Amino acid sequence: MALTDLSMLELAAKLAAGALSSVEATRACLARAAQVDGKVKAFLRLDEKGALAAAEASDARRKAGNPASPLDGVPIGLKDIFLTEGVETTCASRILQGFIPPYDATVVSLLKQAGLPIMGKLNMDEFAMGSSTESSAYGPTHNPWALDRTPGGSSGGSAAAVAAREVFGALGTDTGGSIRQPAALTNLVGLKPTYGRVSRYGVIAFASSLDQVGPMARTVADTAALLQLIARHDPLDSTSAPVEAPDYREDLEGGVRGLKLGVPREYFIDGMDPEVEATVREALRDYERMGATLVEVSLPHTKYALATYYLLAPAEASSNLARYDGVRYGLRAKDAKGLREMYGQTRERGFGAEVKRRIMLGTYALSAGYYDAYYLRAQKVRTLIRQDFSRAFEQVDAILSPTSPVPAFKLGEKADDLLAMYLMDVFTLPCNLAGIPGLSLPCGFTKSNLPIGLQILGKPFDEARMLRIARAFEREHDFTRRLAPV
Amino acid sequence: MKLTIEQVRHVANLARLSLTPEEEQRYATQLSAVLDAVAQLQELDVSGVEPTSHATLASSLLREDVTRPSLPPEKGLANAPVKMGTSFAVPKIIE
Amino acid sequence: MPLSDFQPVIGLEVHAQQLTKSKIFCGCSTEFGAEPNRNTCPVCLGMPGVLPVLNQRVVEFAIRTGLALGCTIKKTSVWSRKNYFYPDLPKGYQITQYDQPICEWGSLTIDTPEGEKTIRIRRIHMEEDAGKSVHDASVGESLVDLNRAGVPLLEIVSEPDLRSADEAVEYLKALRDVLVYLGVNDGNMEEGSFRCDANVSVMRKGETKYGQRVELKNINSFRFIKQAIEYEIARHVEVIESGGKIDQETRLWDTQRGETRSMRSKEEAHDYRYFPEPDLPPLHIPDALIDQVAQGLPELPRPKLQRFMSQYGLPAYDAKLLCAERPLAEFFEACAQHSKDYKKLSNWFQGELARLLNESGGTVGISTLKFTPAQLGELLTAVEKGTISNNAAKDVLGEMFRTGKAPDAIIAEKGLAQVSDTGAVEAVVDEVLAKNAGEVEKYRAGKKQIFGFFVGQVMKAMKGKGNPTLVNELLKKKLGD
Ligand SMILES: [Zn+2]
Repeated sequence: MALTDLSMLELAAKLAAGALSSVEATRACLARAAQVDGKVKAFLRLDEKGALAAAEASDARRKAGNPASPLDGVPIGLKDIFLTEGVETTCASRILQGFIPPYDATVVSLLKQAGLPIMGKLNMDEFAMGSSTESSAYGPTHNPWALDRTPGGSSGGSAAAVAAREVFGALGTDTGGSIRQPAALTNLVGLKPTYGRVSRYGVIAFASSLDQVGPMARTVADTAALLQLIARHDPLDSTSAPVEAPDYREDLEGGVRGLKLGVPREYFIDGMDPEVEATVREALRDYERMGATLVEVSLPHTKYALATYYLLAPAEASSNLARYDGVRYGLRAKDAKGLREMYGQTRERGFGAEVKRRIMLGTYALSAGYYDAYYLRAQKVRTLIRQDFSRAFEQVDAILSPTSPVPAFKLGEKADDLLAMYLMDVFTLPCNLAGIPGLSLPCGFTKSNLPIGLQILGKPFDEARMLRIARAFEREHDFTRRLAPV
Repeated sequence: MKLTIEQVRHVANLARLSLTPEEEQRYATQLSAVLDAVAQLQELDVSGVEPTSHATLASSLLREDVTRPSLPPEKGLANAPVKMGTSFAVPKIIE
Repeated sequence: MPLSDFQPVIGLEVHAQQLTKSKIFCGCSTEFGAEPNRNTCPVCLGMPGVLPVLNQRVVEFAIRTGLALGCTIKKTSVWSRKNYFYPDLPKGYQITQYDQPICEWGSLTIDTPEGEKTIRIRRIHMEEDAGKSVHDASVGESLVDLNRAGVPLLEIVSEPDLRSADEAVEYLKALRDVLVYLGVNDGNMEEGSFRCDANVSVMRKGETKYGQRVELKNINSFRFIKQAIEYEIARHVEVIESGGKIDQETRLWDTQRGETRSMRSKEEAHDYRYFPEPDLPPLHIPDALIDQVAQGLPELPRPKLQRFMSQYGLPAYDAKLLCAERPLAEFFEACAQHSKDYKKLSNWFQGELARLLNESGGTVGISTLKFTPAQLGELLTAVEKGTISNNAAKDVLGEMFRTGKAPDAIIAEKGLAQVSDTGAVEAVVDEVLAKNAGEVEKYRAGKKQIFGFFVGQVMKAMKGKGNPTLVNELLKKKLGD
């Protein structure tokens, strides 16, 4: 077994025992990246120097018997949406090419304080707008399970890097499924915490009321351990919840006996891949065998979630992306005549097609005469969607569904079909609209060996229980131990 | 809902995007398709429903009125495409 | 052109910078006059990833202002984004309050030639200021300084209740006095910390429907506000009388030409695309906070003025001068504890004290005086008792002002005390009259104008320290008047 095949906690145990050094682990990741990233293209940039320096410091702490955290010394990667002081951060956009942040995102500071070497910045859909990493200005990332396919998106680089064992874990962000869908497509555990659980400070905003940071890893316990490091209140984020995080690993092995698990009838739709449906239904039966009770629930407004999302998210994005104007940082169209043209040309050249499309849509939805019909109405439907979940959670402890209606699709396959691409998020985005936590868990494979994900939705701040539910299934199967063939 | 080229231009102007004529055409078609899809929301009765603009439990976080160190201008302006002294420089602003 | 056939209708929007130490959403200093971009950080530079965290003092100031103006303080108010592109607006949107401001429906009373008038205030809300851009002709580019970006503002919007430029100026002065009294704003129009936009329209007298209004922007003195509004009223009347129509537009006051001119029409109408700011949860204000702010509310200029007139029996003119600034009024009241002739005290404030403060060229203010109210009281008592002359008291006050020494010490040091001992003065008077028997004859014969000569001689003999009242009194007695 290669060093890079270890889980985060397995590596941490070896580091703690002195059997391995963080520098060795970091070098192994660098070697692995050198070996596979030419094919996977997960990294936008490696920070070899920074990672090795952090690893050395970690080894010194370990040697002194003074580790900064249980994961001290475990190399990880970051989606290029997190600001890293002194390390270029582009959000996979041309408009931020060369942007060197003057500060660290709160989660980046927390990971640095915890001693995790940061290997570099990972590819994504431009400004997190997409479900396939194909909207990146720097080219798509390839799925380590099938290189001609997408790893999903928008945190596709994070997913691919972890699945390809170039890093042991990664952080992603999830606005409509951007952690869970790529996790499902690459056989990872990915968790979108409750809105407000993890700080958004220093995370480049896509849709502020929906964005949330979360961990992506190969096992449930790794996911819990990584979440533990970042789940805390941040006085720099006014939407950060002043809620103490529990110990996410304490009750991980507690099982599901006696739990009521909801199965929403609206989440098993026409057009779902039959293998996905069959595999997820099999997983549901497993939960029953393990002692959980399945309860059919209804989330009646589910079919409106997609439309709601595609009004609210672009509207917020159109405003969040106004700051990319060529004045203070990033690209500027230097040949433009006058201020007006400078703005127009900078943004025209700096943003890719999908980003411009969403800026246009969002601007339209907020513009005079349309606000009530589009934006305000969507906010009201958002309330109905939240209420659906509140009612369902009166009956059940968690809700199970497929994460993605289909397994990893071929790169380019949906490039021309906007609405088909938007449909990729149909099961994941209601969770963001409701602000509740969602997790994707490997639950099987298609005949052609493509991973399939099971989604677990929980009550607000109930991440510990969701992880326990995920762990119960993981323990009974070997899916999370299977490695991508790359 | 069919978006006209004029509407597309108006929106692009609000968003400060100098679209090419091809893009204007393309966005007119694509945005019309999306707007058709989201028109589905009109069928719902939302009377009496409060809008949700925040999904957070947090209530307004307040900070004390104390100053904290600012960024030194050389750091704040390090990414500026064009600067003059410690100011950002932009093409002449015409009112 | 019969201007008198028309009724002007004016509403004002005031932007007042709040006197906080730090900006509204970050910890940068609000200090004025720093090197460009010295007071900036990722948050107020609008860097990617930054988030706003609200300054508590800003909320307290808004509540304080709302209470002082009799507004309803909303239990829940909402932050919105106002979206537009401008180089001095770093995020491409301004965080402000839109449809749910913190304060609604208050009023401010002003004096007009027809008597008191109450101007309704529609709303007060909090928002962030933008930066500043200046054009540099030498390089053909505009330079952007974001030191001011994120400085907290209060926007105070009146109803269109004002009917003349003079009323508008009265309202602004009264509002400025209130804000300065509250410690919320420094009232400085030149530095732009108190700014005003005016909405002006006219209608024919007797009509009830307002005419098309025009927004006047960028007016930075009371004088210009009066001129700009008057200019605009006349322009409206002229346009209407000649059969034209007023366009809804924004106009700027050109101080050089003394006229308003249209801002070059933007290519698109303003469409700010307001929506609730997702980065800031709604602001909930507990009753306890409102109570706490209410308890700390100072007496406001107008009630104070009325109290000064009734409690101290001062004329309106005096009361107005003394209440112009809160520290001055407070110092007066402290002095009034020690000197019961309030009118005389007021005269000293308006005369000597004002002169000394003025001569210090701003180096000394009422709150940095070196002497205490009790000491001023002692000085005035000394004058009243005849211990020193009025003129000597002026010198003593000057010395107190410069050195902070106690008045009796200065009087003793300079030997300014008057001789008020009747026996001592009488002896000198007798001596002077004896020496000048000829003059006494002439006086008694009717040459009354030489009375001053005797006074002069007595004072000379007493080295100027004779109590003049006593000297006069005794001379008259001895000369047989
Ligand atoms: Zn700042």
